[in-house]
Amino acid sequence: MSDQPKKKLDLSRRDMPKQAPEVRRQNFDEVPLGYPEATAIAEAVRCLQCKKPLCVPLCPVEIDIPGFIKGIAENDFAGGVRVLKDKNLLPAVCGRVCPQEEQCEKGCILHKKGAPVAIGRLERFLADWEATQGEPEIPAMPAKTGKKVAVVGGGPAGLTVAGDLIKLGHDVTIFEALHEMGGVLIYGIPEFRLPKAIVKREVDYLQKLGVEIKTDFVVGKTRTVESLLKEYDAIFVGSGAGLPWFMQIPGENLNGVYSANEYLTRMNLMKGYLFPQFDTPIKNHQRVAVIGGGNVAMDCARTALRLGAEEVQIIYRRSRQEMPAREEEIENAEEEGVIFNYLTLPLRYIGDENGWVKQIECLKMELGEPDASGRRRPVPIENSNYIIPMDAVVCAIGNSPNPLIPETTPGLEVGKWGNIKADEQTGKTSLDRVWAGGDVVSGAATVILAMGAGRIAARSIHEYLTSS
Amino acid sequence: MFNVIESNMIVPNLHLLTLEAPEIVPEIQPGQFVILRAEQDGERIPLSISDWDLEAGTLSVIFMNVGVTTGKLAALKPGMQIPTVVGPLGIKTEIENFGTVLCVGGCYGIGSIFPIARALKELGNRVISVIEARSNYLFYWEDKLKQVSDQLLYITRDGTKGYKGHVRRLPQIIQSVGSKVDRVIVNGCSLLVKLSSDVTRPLEIKTIVSLAPIMIDGTGMCGVCRVSLGETTRFACVHGPDFDGHEVNWEELAQRRKMYFNEESVPLQTSRCEEHAEKILAEHLNLE
Ligand SMILES: Cc1cc2nc3c(=O)[nH]c(=O)nc-3n(C[C@H](O)[C@H](O)[C@H](O)COP(=O)(O)OP(=O)(O)OC[C@H]3O[C@@H](n4cnc5c(N)ncnc54)[C@H](O)[C@@H]3O)c2cc1C
Ligand SMILES: Cc1cc2nc3c(=O)[nH]c(=O)nc-3n(C[C@H](O)[C@H](O)[C@H](O)COP(=O)(O)OP(=O)(O)OC[C@H]3O[C@@H](n4cnc5c(N)ncnc54)[C@H](O)[C@@H]3O)c2cc1C
Ligand code: SF4
Ligand code: FES
Repeated sequence: MSDQPKKKLDLSRRDMPKQAPEVRRQNFDEVPLGYPEATAIAEAVRCLQCKKPLCVPLCPVEIDIPGFIKGIAENDFAGGVRVLKDKNLLPAVCGRVCPQEEQCEKGCILHKKGAPVAIGRLERFLADWEATQGEPEIPAMPAKTGKKVAVVGGGPAGLTVAGDLIKLGHDVTIFEALHEMGGVLIYGIPEFRLPKAIVKREVDYLQKLGVEIKTDFVVGKTRTVESLLKEYDAIFVGSGAGLPWFMQIPGENLNGVYSANEYLTRMNLMKGYLFPQFDTPIKNHQRVAVIGGGNVAMDCARTALRLGAEEVQIIYRRSRQEMPAREEEIENAEEEGVIFNYLTLPLRYIGDENGWVKQIECLKMELGEPDASGRRRPVPIENSNYIIPMDAVVCAIGNSPNPLIPETTPGLEVGKWGNIKADEQTGKTSLDRVWAGGDVVSGAATVILAMGAGRIAARSIHEYLTSS
Repeated sequence: MFNVIESNMIVPNLHLLTLEAPEIVPEIQPGQFVILRAEQDGERIPLSISDWDLEAGTLSVIFMNVGVTTGKLAALKPGMQIPTVVGPLGIKTEIENFGTVLCVGGCYGIGSIFPIARALKELGNRVISVIEARSNYLFYWEDKLKQVSDQLLYITRDGTKGYKGHVRRLPQIIQSVGSKVDRVIVNGCSLLVKLSSDVTRPLEIKTIVSLAPIMIDGTGMCGVCRVSLGETTRFACVHGPDFDGHEVNWEELAQRRKMYFNEESVPLQTSRCEEHAEKILAEHLNLE
């Protein structure tokens, strides 16, 4: 390393205060509370301000990480925000939900010493500080180019494209199928992990910049991509991966068996936890099983606890090491009392006389040889079947892209899983003037990757619009 | 926001609502539906599109007041607005020149079968419309249906008009038609579409029914609308709402529709009855 640290290393990574498990189980408020100012500064000072930082290349949108951390360390928060927002449109969101432990923090030189700088928490601190400073300033806008862009989907990919292109002088309209903007940030990720007010603030900001928003508009149904192409110079499709998978096992259509999307949508988008103040009901089940081991499964399990379940069990077919959920979320779920059944496979759901699920038949698994992904493959242990009583099951085993747009757009090429094919360098699809990015291209991934794909597409769209 | 153009009760407990939705109207095909919200905190509910006017950019739905949202919709007046009208959703009813088609409607289905009959007639089918109700005062849109049908027949449970009984009379009607019936299309409450399918099965006449499972998004995202057809599961909002009535697992559909029975009665009890009870109580106390 050329930039060997000279000062004495501070290896105490500052903890972020959290609501206590027994308290937070009873409410829907955010769990981590954010750094107080003094803690943030102390943490920021730990950063070595590397000349060739190893954290930055691992950030999918290449935020100038030492740059914004310096702002905090020097008490120049406004300066820090400017550096941060130069590359990241949604820092308050990313600071909360990005898997930093797999990205920037994994690269941090102090990671080797076991104490990476808490980049995510610092990002969150700055974004939250900015929110307390009144209305965000509207940047000086360039002259209008007269070009019109349609963005399909109001998730992180679509929001990024809209933000980038409006600042370059193009007219942008976002078409969103649901009645609220934000995609998974609104209907999927729960309030206790990502307060909806944060997403709303970002959407309001885009509107102030002049982005036009049309909710309740299903592209492919209300109007097709083909028809939009007559009115718009370019189209970006960021319609996400919203089609829920089921396991195709007996009993899946019993009452009380939900897809994660249904469970979370009732809860978040429709505000089921405020029923009957809001009209959409959600059941308060006593014993809830959640199938799967990703972030989505953790969110469902923790939601069920907050709705008053006595017992919530995660059922996952591999072991803890293979679980794709973020470590922090697994820990949160464990602290709150979620029970984890590893190496367990549901075989069928058994119903009562009224068609409600009452039991799950499971099979025990053991880890065998590694499979193509390098993870050890779970293999069934014969005759290890057993039955657990349950009154609800949430299936959180994955999602693929919704076929609605490909089905109604002749000439738009899709891959094996129904994902729209798009060029990695530009986001261009097989159709002229149509770009795509985010989960609809990659399959279910992350917020920051969706934003990164949006940024790439926006650049390519801008090039196209200004060269023609 | 979407403007309410017309709102009235056309027969007891059935309401007609006409809404301005110029972006949706040009795309509507027979058999499709919209999802509505009556107010900001409201639930999303699906309603079939019963008619539309391209020039005015308006569409009409007919619904029965059965709960919270339909109750709120029923209270709307022209000039008011609702926050969500999204669509047209679902796949259109299959319309071809089949020959002779029986279009069966009951309840709100008397309205939603109308555009289907109209489209079938335009393609040269012999259209026989059969509408069903408890009693003759519950029929509506008879003139509209007559205009697009070769014959309009009635079934009433009390015998006040047409055939007496229920859709179990359909085989008799089919016999009386004279020629072979090539297809039966049924719109209306779950019981009506199920019973119709039951009685046409032995006759081996293809019977298409519009199903009404619980829905949320209407775009294939949540899966609550799943229905079983033999061994396969389909999402009614994107693969339907029309399905072959002889393949539907009716027992499962009936159970799934009852999923929120207990919860659905909560707002009715709290937001209305209690209010009412409090009012009565207050009056009572005033008297004392
Ligand atoms: C429960 C849950 C928890 C998650 N937790 C994390 C996490 O902790 N960290 C992380 O990084 N990622 C997480 N993810 C993944 C992350 O949310 C997604 O990768 C990201 O939101 C993808 O962004 P997107 O813009 O591509 O799509 P989406 O966010 O899915 O947005 C797509 C939007 O397009 C709309 N749309 C779809 N079809 C149409 C149409 N035909 N017409 C108009 N609009 C349409 C949809 O309604 C939606 O609003 C989580 C996902 C879920 C479901
Ligand atoms: C494709 C489709 C088309 C429909 N067309 C019509 C129509 O043209 N006219 C009409 O009167 N009704 C129609 N329905 C049924 C209508 O959606 C329900 O009557 C309505 O949702 C009841 O809502 P509520 O809040 O007033 O009553 P609730 O008290 O909430 O419910 C009463 C009953 O309605 C059903 N229901 C409740 N919520 C939903 C929901 N979100 N989606 C579907 N069903 C639900 C349940 O079985 C419930 O027990 C249709 C349903 C579908 C799926
Ligand atoms: S966060 Fe870590 S890798 Fe990045 S500049 Fe600071 S010390 Fe170096
Ligand atoms: S209503 Fe959600 S998938 Fe059909």
